[in-house]
Amino acid sequence: MRSCRDITALVSQGLDKKLSLGERLAIGLHVMMCSSCRNFQSQSQFIRRAAKGYIKNLHHQPDNKTET
Amino acid sequence: MLLSAEMNPPDQLNEALLAEHRPVLFRYALLQLKDSELADDAVQETLLAAWQASANFEGRAGLRTWLIGILKHKIADHWRRSAREVVTAEFDQIDNDEDESDEDAFFMSNGHWNGGPSTWNDPEAAFKQQEFWTIYETCHNNLPAKMAQVFMLRELVGLDTDEVCQEAGISDANYWVTMHRARLRLRECLEIRWFNQPKTKKENNHA
Repeated sequence: MRSCRDITALVSQGLDKKLSLGERLAIGLHVMMCSSCRNFQSQSQFIRRAAKGYIKNLHHQPDNKTET
Repeated sequence: MLLSAEMNPPDQLNEALLAEHRPVLFRYALLQLKDSELADDAVQETLLAAWQASANFEGRAGLRTWLIGILKHKIADHWRRSAREVVTAEFDQIDNDEDESDEDAFFMSNGHWNGGPSTWNDPEAAFKQQEFWTIYETCHNNLPAKMAQVFMLRELVGLDTDEVCQEAGISDANYWVTMHRARLRLRECLEIRWFNQPKTKKENNHA
């Protein structure tokens, strides 16, 4: 059984590369029982969306008039 | 119109190919210049310079890496002109703030969370509030410089992982560790400064 520390590291890697079936299963089983890691999983995805949103927001600051 | 037909760069470097990289270059410039118009100018100058210098492009480094190299010069030129060089320094700084204790703060010795993420209700709602973006920026700026750079290149600029490694000068293994730590830190920072703050719209946060 992998620890939360290991599972979250895998979750992070999964955002940037395809994990093996074994790794994905390990994550799936773990987050079923562990709400902290489940939260980390959804929040790491949220952080990615926030990064995109931040750029968009930066682009549409009031004093800007360019559209690209 | 600036891209005159007289200059005939090698076939592989045509206008369409350069334009493909415009969004990435724009985001990179925007993050540093914090102004859409200036960023757009810098990208324009970069593409023009790339077009003119296309004979020098050897294809070894990868087109995007080469373009970013040119863009960096354009941005540096901008700061030089406006004599505000202090701001650029933070990005190119190569400091190895490698604190191994970093992850230890988040986990106990048995690998379990020390504290651990709480549940965020409807996090997307935050996107509509300007204060959230200020907090987001603060949290990003609180990351150690190298970590912030790696995270920025990947998540904000949108480079591929291998491009990030090349650009930041880090190994593959280092990349995974750095990105994971950045996420752990950003997550915690957002939780403390935003999601667990009672003042936001949600009436009640169970502590």
